[in-house]
Amino acid sequence: MEIEQLEKVASQVRRDIVRMVHGCQSGHPGGSLGCTELFVALYFERLKLKEEGGKPVFDMNGTDEDLFFLSNGHISPVWYSTLARRGYFPVEELATFRKLDSRLQGHPTTHEHLEGIRIASGSLGQGLSVALGAATAKKLNNDKGIVYVLMGDGEQQEGQVWEAVTFAPHHEVDNLIAFIDLNGQQIDGPTVKVMNNRDLGKKYEAFGWEVISIEEGNDMAAVLKGLYEAKSRLGHGRPILVLLHTGMGYGVDFMMGSHKWHGVAPNDEQLAAALGQLEESLGDY
Amino acid sequence: MKKYTFTEKKDTRSGFGAGMHELGQQNPNVVALCADLVGSLKLEPFIKENPDRFIQCGISEANMIGLSAGLTIGGKIPFATTFANFATGRVYDQIRQSVAYSNKNVKICASHAGLTLGEDGATHQILEDLGMMKMLPGMTVINPCDYNQTKAATIAIADYEGPVYLRFGRPVIPVFTDADQKFEIGKAWMVNEGTDVSIFATGHMVWEAIQAGEMLEAEGINAEIINIHTIKPLDEEAILKSVEKTGCVVSAEEHNRIGGLGDSIAQVLVKHKLAPQEYVAVDDSFGESGTPAQLLEKYGLTAKHIVEAAKRAIARK
Repeated sequence: MEIEQLEKVASQVRRDIVRMVHGCQSGHPGGSLGCTELFVALYFERLKLKEEGGKPVFDMNGTDEDLFFLSNGHISPVWYSTLARRGYFPVEELATFRKLDSRLQGHPTTHEHLEGIRIASGSLGQGLSVALGAATAKKLNNDKGIVYVLMGDGEQQEGQVWEAVTFAPHHEVDNLIAFIDLNGQQIDGPTVKVMNNRDLGKKYEAFGWEVISIEEGNDMAAVLKGLYEAKSRLGHGRPILVLLHTGMGYGVDFMMGSHKWHGVAPNDEQLAAALGQLEESLGDY
Repeated sequence: MKKYTFTEKKDTRSGFGAGMHELGQQNPNVVALCADLVGSLKLEPFIKENPDRFIQCGISEANMIGLSAGLTIGGKIPFATTFANFATGRVYDQIRQSVAYSNKNVKICASHAGLTLGEDGATHQILEDLGMMKMLPGMTVINPCDYNQTKAATIAIADYEGPVYLRFGRPVIPVFTDADQKFEIGKAWMVNEGTDVSIFATGHMVWEAIQAGEMLEAEGINAEIINIHTIKPLDEEAILKSVEKTGCVVSAEEHNRIGGLGDSIAQVLVKHKLAPQEYVAVDDSFGESGTPAQLLEKYGLTAKHIVEAAKRAIARK
């Protein structure tokens, strides 16, 4: 897909995010908006997915596919929208987000058999371990697929993350690309003030990871280039970390750069203001 | 009354190791994980024959549970192993979210459960694990009674699709069940039929219950003894059938009286058939250092204590 087209998809995904969160008056728009370029670039361009007739076909085991895991499950809106827009399930279902009897739970779950989801996440710190398990299974199965996992920067405060960070180079898990969404914000405020995760890149390097940065994580071309580079470094005995610099709330001016929009829904007026800044490129659900 | 004898004593964890050894040869999807306790879990024979299917996790139990959940995505059958304390309480949230709620085919295999871990003391003697695990929706909870049954259970859970908690222990105890038994998950095992009192025992307490049955017989009391190796799903039918006949119950477990087998049985009785029940269990306390025999005596988990409980239960009929 051309960059221009991917950007159009991203704009629609952002509309979906604010509309979903507005629709149930709860959810996490900030991190979702910040990671939109990554999700669109992965699902519409970089991930090798199983397809039939141009539509993805979901298979839990993901044999011979690339797999994506979301560890910071609270940014479920961007994932749900991306999966629906990619064709995993009908976009109309996005309207059920966080409502009773929905498959689109507040945090992602396999419990409702939603296509595209392979593990529950939300309680932080667990996704890297799960992704390492899936990557190890691929190696045991001689499956050439790649495993991707996204974590938050605040999430790096969880101890389990560092158990997994230690494990990966020791066992030479070199079919895995992990991202940290470096938006610098968490619920209680800027990460540097709440609990400073200083020098994350240096820490991962010291643990034996290969680390690259995408400085402009909201620039589609930069994200695509970074993903290409990350993939090119696989297969040499080391796991890859991508430091993805994003702006929380990116794309909606009054949500940008503040922890205040981590987990707050816009009211009617704010929704209108947000949608005014985002092109309806694929048609709202 | 059927007499049970034994020619040797073995630890149930060695039954697990033997089961893993056999699974390694039978099922190419079985993968073993361990958090730096390979010797204690008796995994050496599996590792020797299947080095590629063993994953050393180091002292990182949380990561081990997540890895196990991930391994199922790709069709592997991970057996995550460590001491019961570190396999449950330490990683409860990881099991809850990544295994139970996600309905992953992970087998959590836990050794050194209960007081009989002995001298290491209360930090390592978990007495709450059955309760924690049975509260998780969809979790199967198994606590076999001797070496042979643990081996059979280990092999059986590989063929069952879904999360399982398998609990076993450290001390050597009599081997009294058949070597070639077929293990049926969720099916209580009739040890001895009787008419005066139903003794439902699990794990190491089954042998104590058998001895208690002989002591009771000498006093003219005819006890029915049933091995509840599967705590969840509980064989309610077997329990009710027995209580209809005997009219009173003793539950025996190496676990806190709160939240274990006894409470599961009490729920069945309250709902379907009121009957007096006496608990043989640890009375809501932590353990301490000592030999297994000393600890069972001090915390009230011997055949003698089962006999006393049976008499109390009968007197309340």
